[in-house]
Amino acid sequence: MLGRTANGLFWMFRYLERAENTARLLDAGLRMALTRDLVTAEEEWRSVIATSGQRASYEAKHGTYTGMQAWNHILRDKDNPSSILAMFGLVRQNARLARNAISGELWEAINENWLVMKDQLARPVGENRVLDIVATIRRAGTLAHGAMAGSMLRDEGYHFARAGTFLERADSIARILDIKYYLLLPSLSYVGSSLDTGQWDQVLRSVSGDRAFRWLNAGQIDARGICEFLILDDRFPRSLAFCHSALRETLTALARLHGHEGQSNALMRDSDTHLTGLTIEEVFDQGLHEFLVEFVSTNSAIANAIADDYRFLS
Amino acid sequence: MSGSAGNFDEMHNADGTVREAYASYCSWFDEQKTALLKRKHGEAETNFRKTGITFNVYGEDEAEERLIPFDMVPRVITAAEWRKLTRGIEQRVSALNAFMHDLYHRQEIIRAGRIPERLFRDNAAWLPNMVGFTPPGGVYTHIVGIDLVRTGPDEFFVLEDNARTPSGVSYMLENRETMMAMFPELFMRMPVEAVSDYPRRLAKSLAACAPKCAQDKPVVAVLTPGIYNSAYFEHAFLADQMGAELVEGSDLRVVDGRVAMRTTAGYQPVDVLYRRVDDDFLDPLTFNEDSVLGVPGIMDVYRAGGITIANAPGTGVADDKAIYSFMPEIVEFYTGEKPLLPNVETHRCADPDELKYVLDNLAELVVKEVHGSGGYGMLIGPTSSKKEIEEFRRKIVAHPENYIAQPTLSLSTCPIFTKKGLAPRHVDLRPFVLVSPDKIDITPGGLTRVALREGSLVVNSSQGGGTKDTWVLKD
Repeated sequence: MLGRTANGLFWMFRYLERAENTARLLDAGLRMALTRDLVTAEEEWRSVIATSGQRASYEAKHGTYTGMQAWNHILRDKDNPSSILAMFGLVRQNARLARNAISGELWEAINENWLVMKDQLARPVGENRVLDIVATIRRAGTLAHGAMAGSMLRDEGYHFARAGTFLERADSIARILDIKYYLLLPSLSYVGSSLDTGQWDQVLRSVSGDRAFRWLNAGQIDARGICEFLILDDRFPRSLAFCHSALRETLTALARLHGHEGQSNALMRDSDTHLTGLTIEEVFDQGLHEFLVEFVSTNSAIANAIADDYRFLS
Repeated sequence: MSGSAGNFDEMHNADGTVREAYASYCSWFDEQKTALLKRKHGEAETNFRKTGITFNVYGEDEAEERLIPFDMVPRVITAAEWRKLTRGIEQRVSALNAFMHDLYHRQEIIRAGRIPERLFRDNAAWLPNMVGFTPPGGVYTHIVGIDLVRTGPDEFFVLEDNARTPSGVSYMLENRETMMAMFPELFMRMPVEAVSDYPRRLAKSLAACAPKCAQDKPVVAVLTPGIYNSAYFEHAFLADQMGAELVEGSDLRVVDGRVAMRTTAGYQPVDVLYRRVDDDFLDPLTFNEDSVLGVPGIMDVYRAGGITIANAPGTGVADDKAIYSFMPEIVEFYTGEKPLLPNVETHRCADPDELKYVLDNLAELVVKEVHGSGGYGMLIGPTSSKKEIEEFRRKIVAHPENYIAQPTLSLSTCPIFTKKGLAPRHVDLRPFVLVSPDKIDITPGGLTRVALREGSLVVNSSQGGGTKDTWVLKD
């Protein structure tokens, strides 16, 4: 497979995952805003924008944080290069680049997603449509992953697609956790308060983990339990542990297909060693923020190593 | 319903009765409910949009990807008609290849005084680097599209030889897929020759042209200028269907005397490059030095026998409309036979007598730029205003050698499906021809292009034309 095609597949799935996670975050923001007073709602929209990494482009245009402005910025603003609409465009562009490495079904799913998003986001989105659109975006991801699972050859292309998916997913979850810890609470005295618990609940919802977590914890919610669940529980498909385990498998498969291991496999092993046997107490001892910053940076080093190992660009 | 006055209609005789080729189709059509056909027509478009069968239009921001309008009434050709066309095309394509070999070697046709030397000396597509060099297998034009028009039951004319980089074959294939999905029952009633094996034939034909250094299974790749090229969909489609890599210039480099592509496991040599970039952009070391679309040094590898380039560089010399006017002489010179498929009568403005005739009769003629393509830079006398004709006259007088002129033919029509029912529109036909050292392979079918505006003769997709599925019937 061409290095450029591998790069196209990797990024196609990163952008797809990023669009989906941004939509999930938006969903959490909406739910928070619907249950809060106006002042806290403003803070929560600020954190949603910050978590999605779009603060600079937002603040260049708007002086205040309101829901309508925030979601339109995230969903469709032409001046926001990271809008969900722009990401769907990038997903499709990368799919075109990798057109002969993906199945016809996957291509059609991607192309259709793009046509639907373009149509739905053609005009500003009001309160009555926003939840529908968020649901459509989540379905778009499901559709693409389903088409891939059901029709794509399990060759190196498949593994590059999976590597992109899980790298991006791990990255998003780490960022969501970090933002909860650092930005959302007005002060530390709120830790354990109903505001705190409510926010954790929304974090869980944003990664579709609320039901699974409640099932496992008999309906109880607390920060420690949620962090443990989202960081260390490898049964949940949107935990850091799960994403890294999937990424490890995919990198192992790539090394096997190519007959040798590269720098990405070495970094992956280091990261595994670090996470193995780790307890949530140790994470808190290190500091959740510090832990997450280190995790995100390891993740990014692995991404760069994949690009080098498999000659994405040169 | 019948064809417009004076034109041959593919579906109907002059007296309004249905022609033999369309008998089954018309009886089926009469059984159909118009409302259902209208719905299917809409579905076809949605389907093309969904599968992303689009072409890019340069300089249009919003509608950067467009559909080529598709008409669901097939163009039908009988087995006997096709056999005749096939013989004519084979003859013409053999002559084209022999001509190019001669031009780049002994130039006997010029020594014999059959064509003037200036024809290639003045030709921008002439490549001195190709002089004395024979491409692997002796093939110059591996993929040819011969544009044909029809004026009567037995009258087919060649309008143009696309020997350089003919496009549109993906539409031939997708049009057929769409028709089979919409009207499967029609294919059970009518014995239509398959076109779906074109990619396999192409892969085989290209592999048969591999250089001697290639392994048992030659590595074929399609070279595209990239996703912004108007025909990118076709490039990706063909690579996909052939199971070949779709490469860009930046994926290729010369490694150990071979052209190699950068894969995830390192550089791998390419044996046959089906290139969809023009000569000028192929090798910045030899041609346009600013080009990033090509591969530095590929011409040296080529000349050393390390790779097959299809079509061969310099093939454009035969693609030229000035050469076209000499095709009857060229066919006769190399095959010793009269051309089976005639040219459209062509006046060369470079010739003073012909120029006078052309200037005196501009209002009745079609004038084309010798190097133009895609329906640009031409004058259609009968449908142009006096002002347009006078402007064009000045251009011709300034550079007569840049122009040829042809009478406006009464092109055949074939009905299209409109809101008001069937309506005749002018059509042409581009069959696709594959050339390997021991075989000329013509896929039974082709791309029928149709002028969608009533009375219009312009069928180019860049000028608002559409396409139809082309059915060659089995005996």
